Amino acid sequence: MENTALEKSVLNKRKTKSLILRFMVWLCGILTVGILAYILLFILVRGIPNINMEFLFGEYNSDSLSAFSSIVTTVEMIVISLIIAVPVGVFCAIYLHEYAKRGNKAVKVIRLAVDTLAGIPSIVYGLFGMIFFVNILGLRASVLSGVLTISIMILPVIISSSEEAIKSVPDMYREGSLGLGATRLRTVFSIVLPTAMPGILSGVILAIGRIVGETAALIFTSGTNVLENPTLDLMASQRTLAIHMYMLASEGLPYSKDMAFATGAILIIIVFIVNFAATKLAGRIGGLSNGK
Amino acid sequence: MESIKKSKFNDTVMQSVFFMSAFVSVLAVIAISLFLFLRGIPAIAEIGFMDFVFSEKWGPVNTPASYGILSMIVGSIYVTAGAIVIGVPVGLMCAVFLAEFCPEGIYKIVKPAVNLLAGIPSIIYGFFGMQIVVPFVRDNVGGNGYSILSASIILGIMILPTIISISESSIRAVPESYKEGSFGLGATKEETIFKVVVPAAKSGVLTAIILGIGRAVGETMAVVMVAGNAVMPLDKIALLKPIRTLTTNIVTEMSYASGLHESSLIATGVVLFVFIVILNASLSLIKFRSSRN
Amino acid sequence: MENKEKMKIENINLYYGEFQALKNINMNINENEITAFIGPSGCGKSTLLKSLNRMNDLVEGVKIDGKILLDDVDIYKDMDATVLRKRVGMVFQKPNPFPMSIYDNVAYGPRTHGIKQKSRLDEIVEQSLRSAAMWDEVKDRLKKSALGMSGGQQQRLCIARAFSVNPEVILLDEPTSALDPISTMKIEDLLVEIKDNYTIIIVTHNMQQATRVSDKTAFFLHGEVVEFNETEKLFSLPKNKKTEDYITGRFG
Repeated sequence: MENTALEKSVLNKRKTKSLILRFMVWLCGILTVGILAYILLFILVRGIPNINMEFLFGEYNSDSLSAFSSIVTTVEMIVISLIIAVPVGVFCAIYLHEYAKRGNKAVKVIRLAVDTLAGIPSIVYGLFGMIFFVNILGLRASVLSGVLTISIMILPVIISSSEEAIKSVPDMYREGSLGLGATRLRTVFSIVLPTAMPGILSGVILAIGRIVGETAALIFTSGTNVLENPTLDLMASQRTLAIHMYMLASEGLPYSKDMAFATGAILIIIVFIVNFAATKLAGRIGGLSNGK
Repeated sequence: MESIKKSKFNDTVMQSVFFMSAFVSVLAVIAISLFLFLRGIPAIAEIGFMDFVFSEKWGPVNTPASYGILSMIVGSIYVTAGAIVIGVPVGLMCAVFLAEFCPEGIYKIVKPAVNLLAGIPSIIYGFFGMQIVVPFVRDNVGGNGYSILSASIILGIMILPTIISISESSIRAVPESYKEGSFGLGATKEETIFKVVVPAAKSGVLTAIILGIGRAVGETMAVVMVAGNAVMPLDKIALLKPIRTLTTNIVTEMSYASGLHESSLIATGVVLFVFIVILNASLSLIKFRSSRN
Repeated sequence: MENKEKMKIENINLYYGEFQALKNINMNINENEITAFIGPSGCGKSTLLKSLNRMNDLVEGVKIDGKILLDDVDIYKDMDATVLRKRVGMVFQKPNPFPMSIYDNVAYGPRTHGIKQKSRLDEIVEQSLRSAAMWDEVKDRLKKSALGMSGGQQQRLCIARAFSVNPEVILLDEPTSALDPISTMKIEDLLVEIKDNYTIIIVTHNMQQATRVSDKTAFFLHGEVVEFNETEKLFSLPKNKKTEDYITGRFG
């Protein structure tokens, strides 16, 4: 009898412990969502009321603190770095998956390089950009220096998502095309890439998210300068939206703080759209390759 | 015949284009390390390796100037350790929640939330930290709020998505048969998960932690906004005191540095870079080990 | 002389969603005997086995009615699943040792049930491995990973692991289907050796195995028990035409 009493108490202890663990697990799940919601609401609630036409499209001066020229530079930077990095990244993925032979030494080196690039912190990219593009190539602190730095930075994102997408294209598509006498090149461009496109695009969109949010890599390359009116001059030193927010936040004046909230709200809205689009597109890969 | 020749030719040309594109990454890594070292190593040599890495005296504008980054190295270690202490338990529990407990309807909310958390820019985290975490720490814990603690909390939140996604997928990869074995012995679901499933997923969890360390060590903007950035003598470093890390050392002083001062900041970047490379190497080691098993 | 009845299965019907996997099963399992469940794939024999220690609880959409009694206690109504599974252990089709050391595999069960004392654990581990007739094989490498062993060894380790919590009944779900003939023989010998201390139920595809080890055999078809009898009688003088067809290899 004593034995069963002992067993009962052990069992009760175990059950309590399990219940506590289950509670903690739920708590951490809720906590994670809660933190996110807190951050988003905090910025949006205080930021959105401060967004107005003057802030979005006005001339920058110490009274308006308008984000217009920073917005234009951000868009410019996105477009040009994608023009540079997307072909290089996608071609790299094509080489890795369609052309390189298995166990090829070059492939190992390239993968190692891509992994390394993915792990390098932004600030190190910033230092490199400053040393190489700004000083050695003499591009000065300019949008161009920033674009080149950030193009290298987003390469790993584009390469890995493109490779994933290309991998998911079933081999029978390739065989079908090659069997009809098409060259490897034609197969890649007319069969593989179109099928893999949603996945590649979702990588591109994630890269856009990174560019929009980047600060540390740009401070010493495109700089913190701000022009009164937008310019597309690549040689101008001009801040992006994220740096705009950083500068406003560090000034510490009440009005600049309000404007930092407004800028933050814009950034969050962009990140929201970017995430949503990337998820939607990535979800389509499987559907497409099954449906065809 | 002509057209076949032409397309063969195109194929060869494009193959080299593809190869060269792939090689850009290699060139980039070489260029980054080369130029960083070219500018950083001479500075370390001039300052003296020991005086650079193992001295806590940082006073580039003093006479005579001193360039010791030991307290920043220690600072980076502290805030990273703090981030791990905060982020790993919460992240791992959340991963368990997603993989094992979460009803499907809730999963559709939590999973995108985790992805969104990964997409939020550092500057937003920093600003949030400055406006919410710093005052909270000041009012409820002590000090002026700009502190190791605040930096650790913000970094802990920032590494959550990394910890969660990688741990979740490795927990999901644990074979169902392990769970059956444990249930069959009379273990509860929670006992099974924490004593069999999570340990079986340990190489994935370890990978997640290392990537989290990499993210925390390299983070700059969020830390600079909450850490206070004062250079502290080693014996004055404390949880509620300001701290300067390797990354924030670079960003706070670069704008007005020149000469050896500037080079010493780049050398700070070299130390950071070497640290990240070591982390990457240990990651490959884990991958290699787990693929061998 | 009949042995005491250990488990009673009364009017069990089991559904996976709309599909009825078990139809009105009634059966008594005797203590210190080996009972074999045979029948073609999908006949319900594994499903019934898993109902006996409520492993079916883990599968979504399973509905079960009827009663299963262990020592006259209803295991679905009046018993906690963890307690039940401690008393009714299970060995699975594919060896599934945990990715831990051999020692920790065997110690997992007792630890789970609250035994922390090192000397007591050592004792249990040794005893369990001895009962599984593998102590001498592994005593020098208890700290090595269990995943480094051969399939046959892994399965015997899983049997030792089942012993470790001192169960009364052991369920085996085609325990040798993934193993070579020599490992199979070792496990069969082991079962016969230990049956005086346990109640054993084994699901098998292999009719020779049933004749070699079991005292009683139940033949399942389409979710029903067609015939349940002493093994010798069932194989030599089947009462039912379907049983005869099956054991003579005419179908299944």
